[in-house]
Amino acid sequence: MRHFSREVDVLIVGGGPAGLGAAIAVKENGIDNLLVLERANFLGGILGQCIHNGFGLHRFGEELTGPEYAQRDIDRVKELGIEIQTETMVLSVGEDLVVSAVSSKNGMQLIKAKAIILAMGCRERPRGALGTPGTRCAGIYSAGTAQQFVNLEGYMPGKRVVILGSGDIGLIMARRMTLQGAKVLACVELMPYSSGLNRNIVQCLQDYDIPLYLSHTVIDIKGKDRLTGVTIAKVDDNRQPIPGSEKDLECDTLLLSVGLIPENELSQGAGVDLSPLTSGPVVDDSFQTSIPGIFTCGNVLHVHDLVDYVSEESFKAGRSAAQYIKGLLPPADTVQVLDGEGVRGTVPQRIRLGQEESIALMFRPSGVFRNAVCTVTSGGRQIARKRAQIFTPGEMVTINLKKEEVAALSDSVTVSIERSK
Amino acid sequence: MEITCINCPVGCLLQVEMAGGKVLSVSGQVCKRGEIYAHQECVNPTRMITAVVPVAGSQMPLSVKTEQPIPKQDINKCMAELAAVQVEAPVRMGEVIIRNVCDSGVNIIATKEIARTV
Amino acid sequence: MYTDILIIGAGVIGCAVARELSAYEASITVLDRACDVSEGASKANTGLVHAGFDAEPGSMKAKTNVRGAAMFQDLCEELGVPYVQNGALVVGFEEEDRFVLEGLLKRGEENKVEGLKILSGKEALKLEPNLNPNISYALSIPSAGITSPYELTFALADHAAVNGVSFQFNQEVKNLNLDEDGLWRVTTNQGEFTAKILINCAGEQSAVLHNMISAEPLHIIHRRGQYYLLDRIQPVPFERTVFQCPTKMGKGVVVSRTVHNNMIIGPTAEDIEDGQDTSTTAEGLKTVVEKSCLTWPGLALRSTISNFSGIRAHEKGGDFIIGEVNGAKGAYEAVGIESPGLSAAPAIGEMLRGLIVKKEGLQKKASFVPPIKRPKPFNEMTVEEQAKAVEENPLHGHIVCRCEVVTEEEIRQAIRRPVGATTLDGVKRRVRAGMGRCQGGFCSPKVIDILSEELNLPKTEITKSGGQSYLLTGNITDALKGEE
Repeated sequence: MRHFSREVDVLIVGGGPAGLGAAIAVKENGIDNLLVLERANFLGGILGQCIHNGFGLHRFGEELTGPEYAQRDIDRVKELGIEIQTETMVLSVGEDLVVSAVSSKNGMQLIKAKAIILAMGCRERPRGALGTPGTRCAGIYSAGTAQQFVNLEGYMPGKRVVILGSGDIGLIMARRMTLQGAKVLACVELMPYSSGLNRNIVQCLQDYDIPLYLSHTVIDIKGKDRLTGVTIAKVDDNRQPIPGSEKDLECDTLLLSVGLIPENELSQGAGVDLSPLTSGPVVDDSFQTSIPGIFTCGNVLHVHDLVDYVSEESFKAGRSAAQYIKGLLPPADTVQVLDGEGVRGTVPQRIRLGQEESIALMFRPSGVFRNAVCTVTSGGRQIARKRAQIFTPGEMVTINLKKEEVAALSDSVTVSIERSK
Repeated sequence: MEITCINCPVGCLLQVEMAGGKVLSVSGQVCKRGEIYAHQECVNPTRMITAVVPVAGSQMPLSVKTEQPIPKQDINKCMAELAAVQVEAPVRMGEVIIRNVCDSGVNIIATKEIARTV
Repeated sequence: MYTDILIIGAGVIGCAVARELSAYEASITVLDRACDVSEGASKANTGLVHAGFDAEPGSMKAKTNVRGAAMFQDLCEELGVPYVQNGALVVGFEEEDRFVLEGLLKRGEENKVEGLKILSGKEALKLEPNLNPNISYALSIPSAGITSPYELTFALADHAAVNGVSFQFNQEVKNLNLDEDGLWRVTTNQGEFTAKILINCAGEQSAVLHNMISAEPLHIIHRRGQYYLLDRIQPVPFERTVFQCPTKMGKGVVVSRTVHNNMIIGPTAEDIEDGQDTSTTAEGLKTVVEKSCLTWPGLALRSTISNFSGIRAHEKGGDFIIGEVNGAKGAYEAVGIESPGLSAAPAIGEMLRGLIVKKEGLQKKASFVPPIKRPKPFNEMTVEEQAKAVEENPLHGHIVCRCEVVTEEEIRQAIRRPVGATTLDGVKRRVRAGMGRCQGGFCSPKVIDILSEELNLPKTEITKSGGQSYLLTGNITDALKGEE
């Protein structure tokens, strides 16, 4: 028999907004023996470097900066007396719910848990994943790394900047770099639309006269030591560069904001089933993964647009884990949730039968749909619908199933977006 | 003038007719929020400013924000004042870092705690 | 500055030669124009230890490759460098490829490579089920292996350094002269060196240096090879290195696992003007993918984590040129060391050492310091070993690179090695921090902090790979204050 450093009811991997939210819910649902492990030396995760405001409107009815939003959960966690170990890296999660973690302070720990909540967040797609050709000079950073340099370290990663990708982090960094005295030459977006919020396009680009090149990409990176320039080009409908449309931009910095990837190496090690669409675990509506007792929430499950929804999801996952410990979450038959037309990566992927609670289905539209209707059907019957002026990939769509409909389910569920006639 | 509404992902392109600093008419919006936004943005555009400032006695800089939005034209002046500010750890969240920045009547406050580490 | 022996070039060849000679009574200096060892071809190649079936029998390539490959196991063991004898297959997809493979087999046997065997497509698929099912025949080369080319170079350099070899970086050689008193005078961008014995191991620049001191000019063609590197999260599809049978369509690409279980695919072969142009191109990368898919239909590009290129120094005559420089007293060289140069490196080191010791009458040192064996990476330890490591040194408990699980202690050690890292890339190649799937997105700020602390330099002076490759341009208020 292996010797365990300790045993806990619930172990939470990650002390960002998802982990903190889950911890609060576990404790508030009556489970006291829980432990949060966080790899950084502070809590709050990526919110700490998101110093801009706009967080919390849904949850708190006011606009907070990232650090302020995080502090509310940190205060609550402290108030509840939840045990936290920072600067502690989880090295492995086993199928048997044994977690190995290491820290300078506590050394190597082998912790046996009755339930685990995975809340590791996501990482940015690096240049190498894009296959952008060119040199491997200094001055190429993912936007979040640049944000870390500027906001957490107080250093500027460059002076003349091009941003590839118009996701919100890229837009936010365009403004951040400009405000600190850098010149941002352009924001270049491969798609014909931006995945960022309109507010950010107006207040981060237009306010500072930074041009946004839609349907463009970076096709060459130049510079022997430090970056000296990039070549951008317009792309056709198949996202291939159009010869003759090339344009050289002289810059010393290229920031990449080209997508986030749920960080599931630990989940994979545990043997949790992953979805190729979300790159996160496959879960049922209790946020339980394919391994009984392992739950998950936040950006490790699927990349959210707003932290408010991460918190909401983490409360549900935390409550489920608490119920599981109390034996109130018995194994159940499930039906599948399928992506229909216009829909990509709906979470949860499965719904348990025989329960009576409303369920929120969340997904990303696969394209831009104007004046369209999102529908949920099961057994040939429409069980929910939602109309909107616009559905875009940049904004997560939530559609709720009423508890009567959940109770009546017997067949798989399909979520689709239909254009109005 | 033409502006993009920021209220939702639709991003209506609003045509705003102005005279003497006043909005005469707004068109192009699909909902009422567009009109309200146009009035505000064309007459008195304001922005929240967030930034970080170095802190004596800490490796980590301090994140700060304007307590209220300030006039858009004051952004650069605000940043210049921030570049000159001297802050010393420890700092409490909500502590006033600059009073009445750019004479706007708005304070700049800390948005995080900074302990003394150096 | 005077030194008995001056070696130009701190790649795998220069370092192998330096290490061999460091066992003898002589002062030795190694110069390199880059900021670190292993900055040229040695850092950007497939990392294969070729068995030696490919080279023309009787050629210098064949001779040093076969001898070098035979030395690898012990050398890597001694230095603590990863090496795996994983075997290789050369695969063909047409019936007539059998003849080509038989030709290779024959050549291999002439070169005394053991265990070569032609397999049917079915037999090959049994060994490597993820191969393209259309494979017709394969040549099996069980003695082929893989290593980490830069880790080997670092280890050779460190071992040379603990035996007194001095490494001088950022030294670009401008001129070579033999002065009247028979000493070599070497002028660099930074100053002057004099030496009794000169050894040219300058890779891509080796012909330029040769031509400064020889009346028989050599000509290096810069042959660029582009690669993709894939995330190691997926299980490796092939245990063996897989070559493609050369056809009239040209030479194929290699699909191989690395010693760290990444997949590497490539290289292309393009002759280019600028021997330092290690950029990749859209066309080149496309070729790599198209050709690799032939071997490996399951290749998924979404798992790429990096693309890069290396320049091979191809001498026009096609063979390695190793030995004394004709008509230049006390000058030796290894010119045109392209593939299989890595495999041949230990033998080239041994050969030049033998020649120089004999010609120059060098005496063996009374004591030769054994190598400081590379500690086992934290990531490769068992849980018990990890627990012990953290107990002994709490800095092992701080994981800086989460993708590759590299500890703060390992990064500090990389900087404190005899020939230590001075740059972000230097740390990355020594201990793999930043080598993983996020490509340093999370850890580079921390590694910069550690470099700054260890080297006692401001963060703005830390570079990615020397020269002007600065990572940070100032603190947050500099740019704003500059405007006032």
